[in-house]
Amino acid sequence: METTTKSIATIDKVASTNGMTPKYELLGKKATRFGFGEGLVTLGEKYDNVVVLGGDITGSVMTSYFQEKFPDRFFSSGIMEATATLVATGLALSGKVPFFASYGAFAACRNTDMLRISVCYNDANVKIGGGHAGISVGPDGATHQVLEEIAITRVLPNMTLIVPCDFTEAKKATFAMGEFVGPAYIRFGRTDTPMFTKDDTPFEIGKAQVFREGNDVAICACGPMVWEALVAAEELVKDGINARVINVSTIKPLDNATILAAAKECGAIVSAEEHQITAGLGGAIAEVLVKNNPVPMEFVGVNDTFGGSGDPDELMKLFGLTSVTIIEAVKKVVKRKASSK
Amino acid sequence: MSELKFHIYPLETGFHGATRPIPNPDLIAKYNYTSFTPFKNSKDNSDDYIAVAAKEIRRDIIRSLVEAKSGHSGGPLGIADVMATLYFGGVMNYDPKNPWMDGRDRFVLSAGHMAPVLYATLANAGFMEKKELLTLRKLNSRLQGHPGRDMGLPGIETSTGSLGQGMGIAAGMALADKYVSKNNHRVYCITGDGELQEGEIWESAMFAAHWKLDNFCVLVDRNHCQIDGRNPDVMEVDPVADKWKAFGFHTIHINGHSISEIRAAYEEARNTKEKPTCIVAETYMGHPITFMNDDYRWHGKPPNKEQAELALAELAE
Ligand SMILES: Cc1ncc(C[n+]2csc(CCOP(=O)(O)OP(=O)(O)O)c2C)c(N)n1
Ligand SMILES: [Mg+2]
Repeated sequence: METTTKSIATIDKVASTNGMTPKYELLGKKATRFGFGEGLVTLGEKYDNVVVLGGDITGSVMTSYFQEKFPDRFFSSGIMEATATLVATGLALSGKVPFFASYGAFAACRNTDMLRISVCYNDANVKIGGGHAGISVGPDGATHQVLEEIAITRVLPNMTLIVPCDFTEAKKATFAMGEFVGPAYIRFGRTDTPMFTKDDTPFEIGKAQVFREGNDVAICACGPMVWEALVAAEELVKDGINARVINVSTIKPLDNATILAAAKECGAIVSAEEHQITAGLGGAIAEVLVKNNPVPMEFVGVNDTFGGSGDPDELMKLFGLTSVTIIEAVKKVVKRKASSK
Repeated sequence: MSELKFHIYPLETGFHGATRPIPNPDLIAKYNYTSFTPFKNSKDNSDDYIAVAAKEIRRDIIRSLVEAKSGHSGGPLGIADVMATLYFGGVMNYDPKNPWMDGRDRFVLSAGHMAPVLYATLANAGFMEKKELLTLRKLNSRLQGHPGRDMGLPGIETSTGSLGQGMGIAAGMALADKYVSKNNHRVYCITGDGELQEGEIWESAMFAAHWKLDNFCVLVDRNHCQIDGRNPDVMEVDPVADKWKAFGFHTIHINGHSISEIRAAYEEARNTKEKPTCIVAETYMGHPITFMNDDYRWHGKPPNKEQAELALAELAE
């Protein structure tokens, strides 16, 4: 793959881009799953009807934090993701706010029927945490690197789907998801990824946030790809391209207004996600664009293939999930925009 | 610390327009649905009284199915004695005037295709007007082909229809009652025997036993039939009672058409501590209609006009 031979833009470059003061700088690295775990504890401290179901991987999806703090509201449910989801439905229909977290491979893929009929058709106030999202899972390989849950969950009526971009946002999103009423799914990762938002960075379910202003192209990203998009945007300044970066942390319901404003003002869109290109974030955006304002669009994501074992950084390069690929996509879409004028 | 409050009991949010279907006035008159008074729920009700209720439930199943022109006859008819005992034998605590009251016991029909018996029972208990039974499966009806919580029908605690799911939901309700709300409400669930082939049933069974959900009672409609044939010809489920015992349930094997045995089993379940209970109720699909009895081909079809008349004649007082 072409992208693997090029060096990936490193994190330090963002902070040191000459003349530019990036709004977001690297504050460290921590996996979004820890944000989920901490957010859950904060929620549990405030509300005593928040309960958690454990699926024998609590120390890996970080529900163990809640278990330690609130053992009376933690219920081990063994290795039975489907039943844990059904039990969560029963709890929600009894006025509790149940969270069940597992790897997304099981919480979304194995569970689709439970999510569809028991959770969503019931409009039950069930909260699902889907961990180990994306290729950055690393050495566990394809079975655990889930690349399909955005597609699966966003197609379900009544479902809300949140993909936080970093640790801090994951914490906020988890808390917000608990206070929000209705079925919701949060997608988080295993590997430490850049932390760059702060406690006062705006977050709201259903609202995409513009993290960087620009009018030549808009990069709409979710999860750890938001950082890559910011890195790419700083690099692109050298080519005279001023990119807008949008953190689409809620994929369903999609913030159409922010997307359409970007289409109108930038005239070209690039989506970036650690997920199959098909039916993911890019697909959701394309649906809105085609209907309202079909500007040129390019997609960065996994291209209809399974993952594999390896070191997370190696894998992200190999699968083209870096700022380098985003830069290429931006250049391509900007050219298309120029020629379509 | 505070409680996160949210609206739980269903609103009518589902697939329906401004108006529900209007049942045919001639049929309402023909079936005498205007003069109906609901059956009463009481521990003191005689077995005969419950048998009368079961018979009326069966008639309503036939009436609603023949008008719907599609739907399941066999399972619903076979489980009517159990449903009548649950709702009129003082087993379940409910109030049709206040269907979502806090202290209620819950009922979950895990075998969602048996919806006609649930609707007929709810109507006879006063949860809705009986004439609404004639809207079964019609556009905008609250009586969906499989129970849909989004239709807001009182007494429908959860949507079911994907076999194997309802029991897990019921176990979750029992968990909420026993460990979080810490009340003494009970949760009742009915599964089919073909449904036992679904893996989630056994996951949920393991879960309920692990958490010692003694406020939880599952009843298996053991009619030995499913869609494609008799159970052993499709997939052997025996030994059913031994399986539940092995999974940690207090298990009771009864005749599912004997009201006294059904009552006694539910009483035994209530008095069982530290274990959930499974009642394996031997029934006949389509019971007691002579041309349906024990015939798996009646799993999923409604009677036609003539068959309905024959059936109603068999069910006459
Ligand atoms: C998950 C799932 N698979 C298949 C079906 C289709 N289906 C509906 S009822 C049924 C047979 C169920 O057998 P049983 O539980 O014994 O019910 P009975 O035929 O006795 O009424 C099947 C296969 C379904 N509703 N859900
Ligand atoms: Mg059966």
